[in-house]
Amino acid sequence: MAKAEGLTWTVDDADHMTQAEIYGEVLTQLALKNEKIVAMTADLATSTKIGKFQAKIPERFFDFGIAEANMVAVASGIAETGLIPVISTFAVFASLRAAEFVRTDLCYQKRNVKIIGTHSGTSFGQAGTTHHCTEDLAVMRSFANMVVIAPADARETAKAVEAVLGWDGPCYIRIGRGFEPPLHKDLDFDFEIGKAIELRDGHDVTVIACGVTVLHAMEAAARAAANGVSVRVLDMHTIKPIDEAAVLKAVADTRRIITAEDHSVVGGLGSAVADLIAKSGKGCAFRKLGYQDEFSIVGYPEDLLHHYKIDADGILEAIAEVVRAEFEQDENWEDED
Amino acid sequence: MQLTNDSLLRENQQNLSTQWHPPKAPTKLDAAERKRLQDKARELRAQIVEVTYTCGGSHIGGSLSQHDILVALYYRYLNIDPSRPDWDQRDRFVLSKGHGGIGHAVILADKGYFDPQLLMDFNKTGSPFGMHLDRLKVRGVDCSTGSLGHGFPLAVGIALGARVQGHKYRTYCVLGDGECHEGAVWEAAMAAGHYKPTNLTAFVDRNKLCMDGPTEKVMALEPLDRKFESFGWRVLKIDGHDFDQICDAVDTALAETERPVMIIANTIKGKGVDFMENKTAWHYGGLDAEMRAKALESIQRS
Repeated sequence: MAKAEGLTWTVDDADHMTQAEIYGEVLTQLALKNEKIVAMTADLATSTKIGKFQAKIPERFFDFGIAEANMVAVASGIAETGLIPVISTFAVFASLRAAEFVRTDLCYQKRNVKIIGTHSGTSFGQAGTTHHCTEDLAVMRSFANMVVIAPADARETAKAVEAVLGWDGPCYIRIGRGFEPPLHKDLDFDFEIGKAIELRDGHDVTVIACGVTVLHAMEAAARAAANGVSVRVLDMHTIKPIDEAAVLKAVADTRRIITAEDHSVVGGLGSAVADLIAKSGKGCAFRKLGYQDEFSIVGYPEDLLHHYKIDADGILEAIAEVVRAEFEQDENWEDED
Repeated sequence: MQLTNDSLLRENQQNLSTQWHPPKAPTKLDAAERKRLQDKARELRAQIVEVTYTCGGSHIGGSLSQHDILVALYYRYLNIDPSRPDWDQRDRFVLSKGHGGIGHAVILADKGYFDPQLLMDFNKTGSPFGMHLDRLKVRGVDCSTGSLGHGFPLAVGIALGARVQGHKYRTYCVLGDGECHEGAVWEAAMAAGHYKPTNLTAFVDRNKLCMDGPTEKVMALEPLDRKFESFGWRVLKIDGHDFDQICDAVDTALAETERPVMIIANTIKGKGVDFMENKTAWHYGGLDAEMRAKALESIQRS
């Protein structure tokens, strides 16, 4: 269990407690080089780290107060004038409160606006369900023309921000609170929208993960290897457009797929992968890890991931189960060992 | 010295108001100009009836109530070029009450944005024209509207984006009165009251009817003027079918440097067609040959 005693801090201290400031820095640097970038938030400049932008480039920053729907529509209008708005607010408000505005004013009108939804999943554990967001991937994925990215750590987030600013059209990036431990040691890795990162090759089972669960998947894979199970880990940072080729290759090579996400099992990464498995016509053993169509309890984020079996322990348990699972075999079995 | 967003924005505002001049606008309408606008309005009202008759139905009531405002804007104020719909320095127009699209389309056709014959395909499968105009399909449309409460914040955004870049073009927005039930309208009003985009001029087409009946019976809006004022707007109230009053109000708005301006235009739903005037039912309707003839005759008399 995580311990709370001895922790005394306010939102202003978040700066030197987390690596998430990297994304705020990257965005600011990019905006200093590109005058077209404007940033905005709904009274969450400090929490979402976009306050860094505000400090450096105030004339291109707007705080619209606690009114997310207006903010999204205004961003669409600003994009009409040739600027590139970057919105940052909590995932639950970006994807649900402002959902219709995202769909109708950004996606339908193909506006070049970027949204960074923070505090996604149950990363804001203590705040309870009103501030959790276990549905944003499902909602955003359902909008045509939307790009949906769930980066694994702060460095991936920095690259994702850069990548979406080079993409013409609406994009949604969802991150946690910024306290997530790092997956990548440095920025020396390739990041391409729509291309999964194969962090670890394997042939017995594939774990396809996104966001905070990627690091957990790697830990689970290492522990499984000690038991002689060969696990492939795919960092599927882009939920849409999903890397179909990587999924189909995992299906062909391993026939056992586990997905993991800090999100409901309804409509997110797991569902996107399930669509592809069904389309492939190949029999697979398949498990989706995430919130099982339920709202989360209150708790510290790391405890919640464990409670809902999306952490390394939960993934390891799923690996053990899936490796033993029976499934319907088809005639094209040449790929099976 | 670190300039705050506020002082930078104010500076931009002052630059805008002293350097920009509305194109070809004498202070008051003379008789010839007034007649020109009235004749054009009458001619295009007839077009609205024709397109409605051909396509099987339209939001004709609201298209007729908003009409004179749009005619004044498109034939006297908007700095636009139909041969260059993407000209980045053009004035912008957002019909936040997007269901008035058929009235907007008729004007765009007359201005030369596209072949008027295309209007005869309104609502047909595959047509670029549906009830609510799509900016990606219809030349001359700056924003795709239809869901009420979206166009107004879109217009606020255009105005703010223009100002950030020091662009001189103006943005005009027309809202419905029933549309003012939507919370997003008030979020936008509040944001505009705060950021003061004086390069935005907005109207409410106050025809006092929404689909379920009079606005004051369904969900009362009054005092609408005091509501916008309390949000930081300068409010003008006019007869929305009187070109002198419309143009005076726009001229006043163009000269206003302190606050954005909301012009509450008192209008009549179905204006110009006697059997439609002030009738809730004509929010949306179709016309047979007999009604078409009656409607055209009424418009000729108006």
